[in-house]
Amino acid sequence: MGIIPTTAAGIADAVRDGSVTASDVVERHLAAIEAREHEIHAFNLVGADAARTAAAAIDAAVAAGDDPGPLAGVPVALKDNMCTRGVETTCSSKILAGWRPPYDATVVERLTAAGAVVIGKTNLDEFAMGSSTENSAFGPTRNPHDISRVPGGSSGGSAAAVAAGFAPLGFGSDTGGSIRQPAALCGVVGVKTTYGAVSRYGLVAFASSLDQIGPFSTTVDDAALALEVIAGHDPMDSTSIPEPFPRLREVLDRGVEGLRVGRITDLPTGADPDVIERLEAAFDALGAAGAKIVDVEVPAFTYGLTAYYLIAPAEASSNLARYDGVRYGLRVDAPDTNAMYMATRHEGFGAEVKRRIMLGTYALSAGYYDAYYGKALRVRRLISDDFARAYEHADVLLTPTSPTVAFPIGAKTDNPLAMYLCDTYTIPSNLSGHPGMSVPFGTGADDLPVGVQVLASTCGEATMFQVAAELERAMESATP
Amino acid sequence: MTQLASDDVSERISADVVAKVSRLARLDLTPEEIEITTTQLSDVLEHFADVDALDLSDVSPMTQPYPLVNVMRDDVEAPVLDRDAVLAAAPQAEDGRFRVPPIVGLEG
Amino acid sequence: MTAATTTATEDALRGYELIVGLEVHVELATVTKLFSASPNRFGDEPNTNIDPVTLGLPGALPVLNRQAVELAMRIGLALNCTVKSCTFHRKNYFYPDMPKAYQISQYDEPLNVDGWLVLADGTRVGIERAHLEEDTGKSTHVGGSGGRIHGSGHSLIDFNRAGVPLVEIVSRPDIRTSEQAREYVNELRAILVAIGASDAKMEEGSMRVDANVSVHQPGTPLGTRCEIKNLNSVRSLGRAIEYEARRQVVLLEAGETVRQETRHWDETDGRTHTLRSKEDADDYRYFLEPDLVPLDPDPAWIERVRSALPMLPAERRQLLAAATGAAANSEAVMVVVDRGQDPYVLAVGDAGGDPARALVHVKEAFAEQGAEPVVPAAAIAKLTQMEVAGALTSTQVKQVLADLVAGEGDDPEAIAAAKGFEAVDTTALEAMVDEAIAAQPDAWEKYRAGEDKAVGALVGAVMKASKNQADGKAVTAILRSRRQ
Repeated sequence: MGIIPTTAAGIADAVRDGSVTASDVVERHLAAIEAREHEIHAFNLVGADAARTAAAAIDAAVAAGDDPGPLAGVPVALKDNMCTRGVETTCSSKILAGWRPPYDATVVERLTAAGAVVIGKTNLDEFAMGSSTENSAFGPTRNPHDISRVPGGSSGGSAAAVAAGFAPLGFGSDTGGSIRQPAALCGVVGVKTTYGAVSRYGLVAFASSLDQIGPFSTTVDDAALALEVIAGHDPMDSTSIPEPFPRLREVLDRGVEGLRVGRITDLPTGADPDVIERLEAAFDALGAAGAKIVDVEVPAFTYGLTAYYLIAPAEASSNLARYDGVRYGLRVDAPDTNAMYMATRHEGFGAEVKRRIMLGTYALSAGYYDAYYGKALRVRRLISDDFARAYEHADVLLTPTSPTVAFPIGAKTDNPLAMYLCDTYTIPSNLSGHPGMSVPFGTGADDLPVGVQVLASTCGEATMFQVAAELERAMESATP
Repeated sequence: MTQLASDDVSERISADVVAKVSRLARLDLTPEEIEITTTQLSDVLEHFADVDALDLSDVSPMTQPYPLVNVMRDDVEAPVLDRDAVLAAAPQAEDGRFRVPPIVGLEG
Repeated sequence: MTAATTTATEDALRGYELIVGLEVHVELATVTKLFSASPNRFGDEPNTNIDPVTLGLPGALPVLNRQAVELAMRIGLALNCTVKSCTFHRKNYFYPDMPKAYQISQYDEPLNVDGWLVLADGTRVGIERAHLEEDTGKSTHVGGSGGRIHGSGHSLIDFNRAGVPLVEIVSRPDIRTSEQAREYVNELRAILVAIGASDAKMEEGSMRVDANVSVHQPGTPLGTRCEIKNLNSVRSLGRAIEYEARRQVVLLEAGETVRQETRHWDETDGRTHTLRSKEDADDYRYFLEPDLVPLDPDPAWIERVRSALPMLPAERRQLLAAATGAAANSEAVMVVVDRGQDPYVLAVGDAGGDPARALVHVKEAFAEQGAEPVVPAAAIAKLTQMEVAGALTSTQVKQVLADLVAGEGDDPEAIAAAKGFEAVDTTALEAMVDEAIAAQPDAWEKYRAGEDKAVGALVGAVMKASKNQADGKAVTAILRSRRQ
C-alpha cells in the first residue's frame, strides 16, 4: 500500500492505478475528522458508513478492471445546502432539520458518477446567508488555523474541512462571496465560476440570479479537476450555459507572460494593511513572471454592496416562502394555515434569515419596488458595464478577497452592517456574473491566512486559472 | 402600502411598514422584534444612500447575468417521485394527500 | 335568450349599461406539465404525478415545455393576437395549494396580445392578452359544513394539478349582455377544441371562467367592478352576471357604492357572496423569474403554427351558410358545425345533392353520427334529389332517412321501393297535373287569375290520382310555375 496523496488528483490517480485503495483513503480522512472535528465542527453530518460503502464499491470496480472516474475514491465534503438523496440536507436551519431530499443535485450526481466519495455534509450560515458560519442553527464552525476565529461564510464548513485535511475537496455555494471569502480566511483555494457554468439544480436557492456552486481545494490543479467534473450544461437548469466548459488543467503551466493584470485604482478602501501588503506582493510576483500590470477603473464597484443587499434578499424572500410547513420540514401546529405559516417560520428561521426576508419583501413591495429592487437592477447593469470596460484593458483583475484576516467568533454578530462589509470585494462579480477565485497568498496578522482574488470576464476561467497557478507557484517558491 | 415621498433608498422605514411587511412575509415578529428590525433595516437602508446620487435614467435593469433565450424542453414524460416516500416525509398526511389545518384569511 | 328575458334584464338594469370582461383559464392538452416532466393527466390517484419541481422542493428548478408554448401560440393566433417576445414573472402569495408560495406567470410582457373574437351577432370582443402560467394544486375540505372552507375540520392537498400549463385569456370589457358572455365562452371553447389546445370542459375544470362585472350610466365613467368566481357552467355564468348586475344597480340606486371585491357565485342560492375579507390586500411583489430566460419565438415557428391552424368554427359556419343559404348563426348551422359535420354537408352538395335539405337532415337525424358519419354522402345526395323531384313526401323522406341512419341499406331509391313509396317522377307528375287542369278548368282559371286558394282543388285531384304518393308541395310548385 502506497502513501496516500493529499491532493484529489493524486488520490484519484493512485486509486485508479491500484496503489492505494479507496477504503484506505476514506479511513485516513475519517481519522482526521475524528481527531479534530470536535473542536472545528465543520460538519452537520459525517456519513462514515455510507462513505465506507461507496469506497468499497470503488475498490470493487478497480479490481474488476473498470475505471471509476476522474475523482475515484476522493473524499468530498458537500455544503449542507446541496440536495443528497436520502441524506439529511438542512441548510443549517431548524426549518429543514431532518429533511431528506428524494433526489440528488446534478453536481452531486456528477461527483458520484466520477467516483467521488461523499464523506459528509458541511455547516453553513443558515440558508447561505452570512459571512462567518455563525448564523448556523447548529452552532458555528471554527477556523482550523485558530479555533477562536471564524472560518468565514457562508460555506465555512467546507472551507474548514479542506483546511483541516478532512477532505481534499469541498464544495460550497457563492452568492456574494460565500466560497471565496471563507477560502481566503482558511487558506485554501476557492472558486466561483461564471454564472451558469455549474448547474444549480438541487442547490437550495438563496438568490437565484447570483448563486453558483464551486470547489474548495488545497491546490489550483485540484480546483480545476473538480470543475472539469461538475461544470457544463445541465438541461435541468434553464440558466445553464449551453457552451462546453473550458479545459482548465491543461492551461496551468502556461505562465503569465504578456497577460495584462489589472489593478483597480478606485477600489473601495477598508482592507487591512496586512491584506493590502499581500495583494501588492501578488502584483509583484505576477510582474516578475512577465505579466503586465495595468491600472483600470471600475467606478461602480463601490455600489456593489448596496445593489446586492437589495437584490439578494429580494430573491431570497421569494425563494424562502416555500418553507411553510405544508409539504416538508418543520411544522408548528396551529388552528389555521395562516397561523401555521407564522408560527412555523418564526420558530424555524434564525434572526439573519428573518432580517433578509424582511428586507427583501420590503424591497419588492408595491410602492417600493422602483426605489429599491428596480434601482438595484440598474446599479447591477452599471457594475457589469464597468467591468466589461475594464476587461477591454486587462485580462484579469486582482483584488483582496476579504478586507481582513479571520476575525474572532462573536466580533461582528451584533452588527449586521459590519458583517455585510466582509463581502465588499467579492459581491460585484456575483452581480456581473463574472468568475472569481481566491488563492492563498501567505499570511497576515497573527499568522492568519490571506487570500488574493483573481477576477476574470465571462467564461474567462482559463485565463483566471492561468494566473492563479502562477500565484501558487510564486507562493511555493517563496515558502522555504 | 404608501408610495415613497422620493425615490431615495435612504428613506427611513417605519415600524408600521415593518409590521405590514412581516405579515406579508408570514413572519410572526413580536413587538420587540419589530422594533429591532425597524432600527436595523433603517440603518442598512441609510447606508445604501450612496446610490441615490447616481443618474440611472439611461441605465436599463440587468436581470440576467448570462444572456440566454428560448431554453425549452420536449414534452416527454420522466419518472415521478414515489408518493409514499414523499408523504412519509410530510409533516402531516392523510388519504394520499398533504393535510393542513383550516385554510383562512387567503384568497381562493 | 328570449325577447321576454331581454326586456326583464333591461328593466332590471334601469338604464344602466352592463360592462362585462371575462378571464378564462384553459388547461393545455400537453403530455407533461409546464415546467417539469410529470404527466399532465386528469383523474389519477392523488399525488402520483409529482416531482421536485411540482412539489416546490428545495433546489428544484423550472424548465419550459416547448409544446405548451406551441399550444399557447395556437390559441393566440386563433384569437388574432400578436405573438411577442415575452418573459416570466413570479407572483408571490401564500396558499396551501401553491407549492412554491409563488406562481410562475407572465406579467407585463405576455406571449399574446391585442386579439379579438367575433360573436355571432357581429360584436367584436377584444382580447387584451393570452399568457402562460402554471396551475396550482387542489385542496379538498374535510369536515365542517358542506365542504366549505370556513368552519371546516381540515384540508387535504393534491398536487397532481400543480404545474399543469394554463393559458389565461383576458378579454377587454366589450361584453354588454349575459347572453354575449355565454356566447363568448361557447365560441372560445369551440375554437380551443378545434385547434387541439384543450378539451376546455368547464365541468371538469379544464376551462375556468371568472367574470368582471360593473354597471354605469352611459356617458359616465365606468363603474367599480367586482370579480365573480366559482362559475362551473355556462349557465351559471349567465345567471351570475344577471344577478350581479341587478345587485349593483340596486346598490347604486339606493345611493350606495359598489365595493371593489371578489365575489363567489353560489349556484344553490343563486347569489354572489363576498369572500371573507382580508386585513391586507395581497401585494404580489411581481419580479422577473430569475430561474427562467426570455421566450422569443422565432418568426418561422410562429408562421408554422399560424399556417397549421385548422379552419375555425366561425369560418366553417360562414362556409356552410353560403353553401346552404341558411344564416350563419342559425341553430342548424351552429349545431352541425359544432358536431363537425359541416364537411359532410358540403360533400353531399359535391355529390350532386341539395345542401339546404342536407343541412336539415343532418341536423335532425345525425346527432349520434359524430364527425365522420357512416351514412354515405352519396346516399343523402340521392335522397335530396328525390325530394327536389317531388318523388317523396316529407313523411316518406323522414322514414327513408331513419333507415339510412340505422344502417339498413344505403340506397334511398331501393329503400323507398321496398317500403312501397312509389317514386312518382316528375314526368308522371306533370301528366297528372295536365289531367287535373283539364278536368277542372274553372279552378285553373281562378288560380291563373290570382286566386291562390283555388290551387287546393287541383292539388287534391292530383293527390287522389296518385293515391297520395305525390308530394303536395311539388305539385303546388308545378302549378305555380305553370301559371306564370
